[in-house]
Amino acid sequence: MSELTLTTDNFDFHVLQADRPVLVDFWAPWCGPCKMMGPIVEALAHEMENVVIGKVNVDDAPEIAQRYNILSIPTFIIFKGGQVIDQFSGSMTKETLRVRLEHHVK
Amino acid sequence: MAKEKLIIIGSGPAGLTAALYAARAELQPILFEGQQAGGQLTMTTEVENFPGFPSGILGTDLMSLFKKQAERFGTRVMSETVVDVDFSVPIFSVKTDKETYQAETVLIATGASAMWLGIPGEQEYQGRGVSACATCDGFFFRGKEIVVSGGGDAAMEEALFLSRFVDKITVVVRRDELRASKIMQERVKKNSKVSFLWNTEIREVLGDGQKLTSLRLWNNKTEEESIFLTNGLFVAIGHKPNTSLFEKWIALDEKGYIRCEEGSTRTNIEGIFAAGDVADHVYRQAITAAGTGCMAAIDIERWLGSR
Repeated sequence: MSELTLTTDNFDFHVLQADRPVLVDFWAPWCGPCKMMGPIVEALAHEMENVVIGKVNVDDAPEIAQRYNILSIPTFIIFKGGQVIDQFSGSMTKETLRVRLEHHVK
Repeated sequence: MAKEKLIIIGSGPAGLTAALYAARAELQPILFEGQQAGGQLTMTTEVENFPGFPSGILGTDLMSLFKKQAERFGTRVMSETVVDVDFSVPIFSVKTDKETYQAETVLIATGASAMWLGIPGEQEYQGRGVSACATCDGFFFRGKEIVVSGGGDAAMEEALFLSRFVDKITVVVRRDELRASKIMQERVKKNSKVSFLWNTEIREVLGDGQKLTSLRLWNNKTEEESIFLTNGLFVAIGHKPNTSLFEKWIALDEKGYIRCEEGSTRTNIEGIFAAGDVADHVYRQAITAAGTGCMAAIDIERWLGSR
């Protein structure tokens, strides 16, 4: 599946009401580590089934960032049934992110 | 298992420049990016002192160009992190978070990482008020009050950058003076948003479970303890070379950096080379890292050719 672009209008539908776990990547174009993570997250979105992957540009949707107390980017939040079940920050390899995500998908 | 000619560990200017040269020399290098692809430059904004870019270039854009150029000649860049190495016998083993690889030569270009204070609460509140990247996180502290820890140039740079967003910055310094260069000191002292707490150490990060709310401070002169209310803590107390995987095998200098033979990139083990910040506590620039990366590729090519 390709990566979703999440906005204030579609966040609740795609993330909170999803029937599968959702990984949300909070990022901004001026954040170096976020830009390096971009292609990694996108590739995972294509490779992994049973999980929805989306990104929130914190410049475009500051209210979502605020709602989840984002004080650092990149931050990744994993949602299940509308609830936050994991939250972590900083850059990492594709493998690290995949393992962290798979842990919650099973 | 396939035997590689060269494994490069690290994806900053040193690793990717070595990859470019080695790929052009047909060594078909394989490069492991590690947890922070692109290295330290990805934590900065504009790089103004890399020759060839007269109007500056973003750190991430520069590193994307480095990578593209290395890949153009056949470097295999892998999004994997090296978790262990075995340098006990020639045909060295390098284990990543995915697989084990073997190679005739290894280049260590793992760079340096920002140091943390190592105090209670610091890790717990990382990403929730504690940061080591002003350019990533400054934006979230618009209109707030924050603390910068450190007295060197890096701390002054963080403070100046953050003064664009925040209302008030308190720089907490362990000594009664700054280590930073004169020019940086003057810039910071002129900034009306910045004040200093001297002879002060941060002992603990306190929060409400969701985010940082205050710091426990200790004055090392009066020996008084206090609670300092703040919204954020930016740590800028210097860097340490990323050598933990190699300490067992490779000779380090008294500061913990990899010791290379004078004027070369050879380490104490035949076939293992080092370049960039992991072996340089003096210059620590993108251009010098790239320079030693180039040296390493040439040293490696000659070393392989001489056997």
